Amino acid sequence: MPVSKPAAATKLSKNLTYIKKNYILYLLIAPAVILTIIFKYIPIYGATIAFKDFSPIRGITGSEWVGFKHFTSFLTSPNFIEILMNTIKLSSFELLIGFPIPIILALMLNQLRKSSVKKNIQLALYAPHFISVVVVSGMVFLFLSPVGPINALLSTFLDKPISFMSDPDYFRSIYIWSGVWQGAGWASIVYVAALANVDPQLHEAATLDGASLLQRIWHIDLPTLKPVMAVLFILAAGGIMGIGFEKAYLLQTPMNSPSSEIIATYVYKRGLLAGDYSFATAVGLFNAVVNVILLGVVNQVVKKLNEGEGLV
Amino acid sequence: MNNQIKHPKGDRILLLTNNILLTIIVLAIVGPLLYVFLSSFLEPNAIIRKGLSLNASDWSLEGYTRLFTDDTIVRGFINSLLYSTGFTIVTVLVCLFAGYTLSVEGLVGKKVFMVFFLFTMFFGGGLIPTYFVIRDLGMLNTIWAIILPGAVNVWFIILARTYFKAVPNELKEAARIDGASDLKIFFKIILPLSKPIIFVLALYAFIGQWNAYFDAMIYLDDRELHPLQLVLRSILIQNEVQPGMVADVEARNELMRISEMIRYSSIVIASLPLLIMYPFFQKYFEKGVMVGSLK
Repeated sequence: MPVSKPAAATKLSKNLTYIKKNYILYLLIAPAVILTIIFKYIPIYGATIAFKDFSPIRGITGSEWVGFKHFTSFLTSPNFIEILMNTIKLSSFELLIGFPIPIILALMLNQLRKSSVKKNIQLALYAPHFISVVVVSGMVFLFLSPVGPINALLSTFLDKPISFMSDPDYFRSIYIWSGVWQGAGWASIVYVAALANVDPQLHEAATLDGASLLQRIWHIDLPTLKPVMAVLFILAAGGIMGIGFEKAYLLQTPMNSPSSEIIATYVYKRGLLAGDYSFATAVGLFNAVVNVILLGVVNQVVKKLNEGEGLV
Repeated sequence: MNNQIKHPKGDRILLLTNNILLTIIVLAIVGPLLYVFLSSFLEPNAIIRKGLSLNASDWSLEGYTRLFTDDTIVRGFINSLLYSTGFTIVTVLVCLFAGYTLSVEGLVGKKVFMVFFLFTMFFGGGLIPTYFVIRDLGMLNTIWAIILPGAVNVWFIILARTYFKAVPNELKEAARIDGASDLKIFFKIILPLSKPIIFVLALYAFIGQWNAYFDAMIYLDDRELHPLQLVLRSILIQNEVQPGMVADVEARNELMRISEMIRYSSIVIASLPLLIMYPFFQKYFEKGVMVGSLK
């Protein structure tokens, strides 16, 4: 195309003069770019060891290609279904319970008339967010131990203490509800901020028209929250497979592992603890790919439901 | 406020239920914290068995004194302070710089940069390849393994960019006409106007790093380098009471009782500083979230 060629060339030289003139801007962004390349993009290249038999002596480039060997061995291994299901169950239950609670909490807080009361309640609700996940897990262990306060309280009804932490049946509830305890208040902050933008006149007008409180929440408050909800839901749903390693690993005991072993903890143990680098990387990569696909699907679905408004 | 009277009966019941439920929720959050705090001074479960005792003999500081007879907690505290401060400085600088560049109108390559950063939010090489990079750079058992890999926080960059975009363009133009360079504009005009966002990012970064344990667990083998959270993990989760703390304890029951108290005290020591300080920061946190949600 003879016409576009010189056009492209002038554009390129124009851009080059811009960059030359404003080189300081590019210097300012350089540290972020360099760190991202080193710690984010080089590991993506390194993930090719999932398709190789990694040998520490020969390094990443020198190791032999083996195709999908590690993927098939994971997909056909006896614990594949269990680990996959544990991951999906834990995170989807967490999403189903953890996502709506902050919204409800924000709507409840929004009904408080006195702003000083509201402030103090918020102060209490946010507090657990500032406690570390190690400490929260430690509290869980202390509270739920056979000699802990929960069992002491239950002892009037039970003849034998429940060993919550060594029973796989309790793991999911413990994980999810301790997460709600720690995070729901803090997560409500975004919705509270969004509700603060609702025009009070809307509520007054609706009240004069005889709308009940529930009707006003349904027709005025919830529609205001919808865009925030959509974005946060996509992000949360996209993270389903990326469920936090940190807390699952802390709350894991050898006895509850039938329900607490998830992909992230498995990768850590097989990879870094057992030195099975290629296999663990393959498992991690499988996880990451499923995650990206999920994110795309959820984004599309939410876009459809939300009149074309999605994340991307 | 006298339109309260106009509320129909159904609404009043609903509002009452709302207040009761919120009270219960607040109690459910504050209760466990209070229980931990009291238990650190009392024999475990004493509150449940005997109620809050005013009898002085039931109270003791043994948990705390035992905790401090061993220097691991103190060392963990100092390490955490060091890591969190270093991390905060590096992250905030790197993200402010990047955010400023991306806030400039008509920047050539802006879209490329955005895709370049955003992509890493959703896809990565994973745990093991990242570990290899850090190992090959010789950063294992150094503070750099804690500070550098997480320094680029895409969300921080977006927050900073949003904030800088709101700075009136006329200010920059006026400075440019006066002959100021981009660097001068950034440091002399933009940064002084950006104290709120700097403060918000610094708080987020500091608290995030203070409460983290994962990177330290992977990259720091040396116990001398462990941050507070890893020390806590060994006390709270792995139930390893350091030998220095209980050297003179003989009987098994006595050991159990003391280690329980040590665990409660360690929670208090680790959490109280942040919990006391955070109400003073609260408005800044809310500001940060608002800036972020505006997009």
